[in-house]
Amino acid sequence: MRKTALIAALLLAVAACSPADILATSTTFDATTTSTVGVATTTIEPGFPVTVEADNGSVTIEKRPEAIISLSSTATEMLFDIGAGPQVIAVDDQSNYPAEAPITALSGYTPNLEAILSLGPDLVVIVFDPGELIAGLETAGVPVLSYGAAFTIDDVYRQIDALGVATGNVDGAAVSNTIIEAGLETAVTASGDLGDGVTYYHEISSDFYTATSSTFFGEIYGLFGMENIADPADADGSAFGYPQLSSEYIVTSDPEIIFLANVLYGESTETVSERPGWDVMTAVQSGHIAELDSDVASRGGPRIVEFAESIADALAEFDAG
Amino acid sequence: MPFTIGVLAVVGAAAAGLLVGPADIDVWGVFLAIADALPLVDIDHGLTDVEHTVLFEIRFPRVVLGGLVGAILAVAGAAYQGVFRNPLADPYLLGVAAGAGLGATVAFATSGDGGFIAPFAFVGGLVAVAVTYSLGRSVGGRTTTSLILAGVAVAAFATAIQTYLLQRNVETLREVYSWILGRLVTVGWGEVVSLLPYAIVSSAVLLGSRRLLDVLGIGDEEASALGLNVTRVRWVVVVAATLATAAAVSVSGLIGFVGIIVPHTVRILFGWSYRVIVPLSLLFGAAFLMVSDVAARTIVSPAELPIGVVTAFFGAPFFVLVLRTMRGFR
Repeated sequence: MRKTALIAALLLAVAACSPADILATSTTFDATTTSTVGVATTTIEPGFPVTVEADNGSVTIEKRPEAIISLSSTATEMLFDIGAGPQVIAVDDQSNYPAEAPITALSGYTPNLEAILSLGPDLVVIVFDPGELIAGLETAGVPVLSYGAAFTIDDVYRQIDALGVATGNVDGAAVSNTIIEAGLETAVTASGDLGDGVTYYHEISSDFYTATSSTFFGEIYGLFGMENIADPADADGSAFGYPQLSSEYIVTSDPEIIFLANVLYGESTETVSERPGWDVMTAVQSGHIAELDSDVASRGGPRIVEFAESIADALAEFDAG
Repeated sequence: MPFTIGVLAVVGAAAAGLLVGPADIDVWGVFLAIADALPLVDIDHGLTDVEHTVLFEIRFPRVVLGGLVGAILAVAGAAYQGVFRNPLADPYLLGVAAGAGLGATVAFATSGDGGFIAPFAFVGGLVAVAVTYSLGRSVGGRTTTSLILAGVAVAAFATAIQTYLLQRNVETLREVYSWILGRLVTVGWGEVVSLLPYAIVSSAVLLGSRRLLDVLGIGDEEASALGLNVTRVRWVVVVAATLATAAAVSVSGLIGFVGIIVPHTVRILFGWSYRVIVPLSLLFGAAFLMVSDVAARTIVSPAELPIGVVTAFFGAPFFVLVLRTMRGFR
């Protein structure tokens, strides 16, 4: 524990510098190294072409993309975090973070190929392909990277690294990942053993869809040593970690803390307390209902640190009684 | 005799619904607790506070609501089949379900919290059936097929608008989606109380019309010749059935196939007169949905299956069976 705390403190020092500062240094470094190595070629974009792994296989990107379109709110957060923000020309209508992201009416759920191509992208990042999107973009010669929602915390790191390579921000990606790792470590370390064995219910929707420990959200709660009441509901993984529970199961399981990831859809401590039969629950009686930021609690990107911090806050309140 | 079987089915299904659930409550304790809840009875039931709350605040209303919704959807299906003399008629036929779905989607899209689902679904269902009816009449006079085709057109139109709204309001999609699949998951006594008046009024009207449906079965002109005001009977029955459907749909979401499966099973088992079909559909509809709900919450327990999936699983093959065997339908 002492050792991890030390590492956390060191990483925190790194985190204290803004990613942009570190980025500025690392870009210069990049340029110098390539100018000595790449004597034979006249390429001005060091490192390219690159090949990265995505859900749609190995994708080769010929030169450093300068007109990226992101149709994934999670990827948008990653791109801006690793310093690829200036290369992004448009993001989809759900990409509401960070504020400087060039939000447009483009849709990631029902994408229009023509609308995307008319903006002249040289890289498109998507979260899923609802039809012939990838094929269409490839026909037009535009490389596509598809990254579905992360299943594990490692997926988050991998996606960030891959985006770093794909956009020529390898060092920015490394910094992002270091900061995320440190942030998670700090939140977990600061909580000590407050979370050990504390049972919880993570509500995704008001009809009791939830996430088990096998999901990436559950994994973060697991870092705190917490126990998920939903695990028996998807023991065989047939619901991919997102089963629908019944009201009576939740009430009898009596979780010690209720986390609401659906505040954006109108749920709150009050609405939960008013549900039929829920007033007998310990978490309701003692007020241990944590309202999470719905975006933070649904995106496996850099802000998982904020997610972990809100868990830590809830545990601190829980400990205070 | 058929009525005794019907009542026994309801009692059996309700008992199964009350005794089975993910919260492992002692069976004998459930009996004692229910007896204890009766007026002037005071027994020590031995259940914990949490078990008692789960039983009376969560499980009990869900069973009752399942019964009400099933009864209403089945009896509405029987009524539509009688009034339109079409074996495949059910609350979906006239665009009632699609209209109610559109109304609910509008409610989700405009208010976001779904507080107005019930009235919006209600208005949507009524508008849909009114449009279907006038469209059917203006196109094909008195023929029944034109009415059904009009219903298909209205349903397609309503679904198109609904899809458009869903695309424009992606963040509400998930809520609407689970509503479309049908849910008894989140109900309490509040939903039961809000549904009960509609259930009573429309069931009473439909039960009262059961002999008229038999007369209507011989054909519009023949029925008119016998002195029946065909148009008025048809309107009364359609409005009552639609009222019931929209009310059920607004609390439970879209639960399909009940209106097809139940009346036809009753026909096959107990005969072809609406004097039998209407009241028995009420009973067996209640029993069917309560049993389906037991399946929905036990098959993957402690997780849930959407009940619409369960009824469709039994209903779709049954639908084909009806199509193949319905020769003598009148």
